[in-house]
Amino acid sequence: MSDISTVQEPEVTVPPRISEWKRFRRIFFQRKLVTFGLVVLVILVLVAIFAPLIAPSNPYKNEMSQSLQDPSWNHLLGTDNLGRDTLSRLIYGARTALYVGFGTVLVSAVIGMILGLLAGYLGGVVNGIIMRVMDALMGFPMLVLALLLAAVLGGGLQNVVIALAIATLPGYVRLMCAETMSVKENEYILAQRAIGAKGFRTMMKHVLPNAFQPSLVLITTMLGNVILAEAGLSFIGIGIQPPGVAWGSMAADGYRSLASHPLLSFSPSIAIMIVVFAFNMVGDGLRDALDPKLRGTL
Amino acid sequence: MSTQTGIQTPACDIRPAGELLRVNDLQTEFKVEGGIVHAVNGVSYTVNEREIVGIVGESGCGKSVSQLSVIQLIRRPGRIVGGEVWFEGDNLLKYDSKGAEMRAIRGAKIGMIFQEPMTSLNPVLTIGRQLTESLELHLDMKRKESRKRAAELLNLVGIPSAETRLDDYPHQFSGGMRQRVMIAIGVACQPRMLIADEPTTALDCTTQAQLLELMLSMIEGCRGSLVLVTHNLGVVARYANRIYIMYAGKIVEQGLCRDIFYRPQHPYTVGLLNSVPRLDEERGRRLVPIEGTPPNLIGMPDRCAFYPRCPERGEQCRLQPWPELEPVEGEGHMARCYMRAGRAEE
Repeated sequence: MSDISTVQEPEVTVPPRISEWKRFRRIFFQRKLVTFGLVVLVILVLVAIFAPLIAPSNPYKNEMSQSLQDPSWNHLLGTDNLGRDTLSRLIYGARTALYVGFGTVLVSAVIGMILGLLAGYLGGVVNGIIMRVMDALMGFPMLVLALLLAAVLGGGLQNVVIALAIATLPGYVRLMCAETMSVKENEYILAQRAIGAKGFRTMMKHVLPNAFQPSLVLITTMLGNVILAEAGLSFIGIGIQPPGVAWGSMAADGYRSLASHPLLSFSPSIAIMIVVFAFNMVGDGLRDALDPKLRGTL
Repeated sequence: MSTQTGIQTPACDIRPAGELLRVNDLQTEFKVEGGIVHAVNGVSYTVNEREIVGIVGESGCGKSVSQLSVIQLIRRPGRIVGGEVWFEGDNLLKYDSKGAEMRAIRGAKIGMIFQEPMTSLNPVLTIGRQLTESLELHLDMKRKESRKRAAELLNLVGIPSAETRLDDYPHQFSGGMRQRVMIAIGVACQPRMLIADEPTTALDCTTQAQLLELMLSMIEGCRGSLVLVTHNLGVVARYANRIYIMYAGKIVEQGLCRDIFYRPQHPYTVGLLNSVPRLDEERGRRLVPIEGTPPNLIGMPDRCAFYPRCPERGEQCRLQPWPELEPVEGEGHMARCYMRAGRAEE
């Protein structure tokens, strides 16, 4: 180290190889808020999975004698007007939120990305048909469309997922289509065809990996949005139906006694806020960490 | 509309010995707003085995499109509307552009190298993955085998520590190195013919020479032919056996390298040569540019497309349709010009 006067033979230096995973972690955890978001999400997932073990009492059990209690050691966040433990309902509400969030995004992202990829890659008539349908769907604001569909399909967990999936579909399709169309014009796609690769193979192996990154970020922000939308639907009473527990309907129920028992509305609202924020932060972190231009570097 | 070249279509088995590729009256057009662009307008040329052919012309003269047409990689709104591409006794244009026959030829028998090394490699895949692709596609190699071969290829094109660099991504390579990789991909399956579309245009001069030499030795290594598409006369001067000069979608002059350089016939060729600095001339000579701009290919009148820019134009050029390629002095030397062809006869 200290002896810099020694003339050293210039070695053939092979740049240190950083494993993909190591590099990903380094960039991902660089920002505190991203780490915070991930921690929140992990806790949320654990809470949702182990809800029956964690919840202090049965979230569905009415106990009129216990109604509208203030926080106490028995009921850490108090009880609602039917005497149900708020904390337990909050914990079970996490299940609903995550189920709706991941379920919706899984359905709409997979279908949307496939449609977008096909529309962008094949172009022509296929593009025309898919994109016009998406335009029609996009004509409605997302929440209004979800509301309409939920009203038609009826409430309930599954129908909410379907309604929200359809309502959020156009975003994925459009994004994927636009990305595909721009990636497709790259010379390496032409070069790919010049070595005799099949169209389908080129689409899956060369277009998709270059085009799906923005969609990944959309997925994480959509997770937040969808949870928010579900809360909205439940708040106005056409989302999750009782006895199902949803943060949105909890906030709506607590709204009536907002002045006397603000915790009833505030606790689910804050839960929604934190979760949406966490998802958005993780989305940001993912975007930075997945940037292909940073691959193989520190 | 189509120009009759006078060359009869050879039947499969009677192609002249040593002939690898014969393009007959190839026509490719692009439908655009405002009309049809005849990007390639009746181009005919041949490539013999183990020969280096230069195709020279300025931007937009159809040289790249003609090459892409040969392996049917023309994208919409482009369309091949006529002609024949005889390669090893097969007319490639009779095959579907997406069909298995065409795919079996691309990459395996005809390799292609593109102009922009920075964008011709997929940024999200490692060099190794991209090198092994055509090996696995055409030679049915297994992963391990193809990787070994890929390392050999990388070594051959002069990239040090090839074994480890296989796992690098394209952005970790410089432009010259990427073009080396492209050359490696181009010759991976030992093609009969390699089409290099302005392979050195995006590189600096010192790298250009190295890469041309490399490309030559690689194609010699697999006993193939090389089609060198370029706008740079200096590039072809040194390496090409025969040269075709293209202008506005047609070949305006063709001949042996020395004939083109020492006895250029078409005024366009003369103009090209005059606009390039040379080492062997007296100092202080001013370069002579070709006046005017390349023609708009939409709705061209049927006369010599070079007419508006031609310093030697005559009345005949304005009134008569574009002349055919006529033999002029020199072996296989032909030019498409009334003024010159007439003079040769005198």
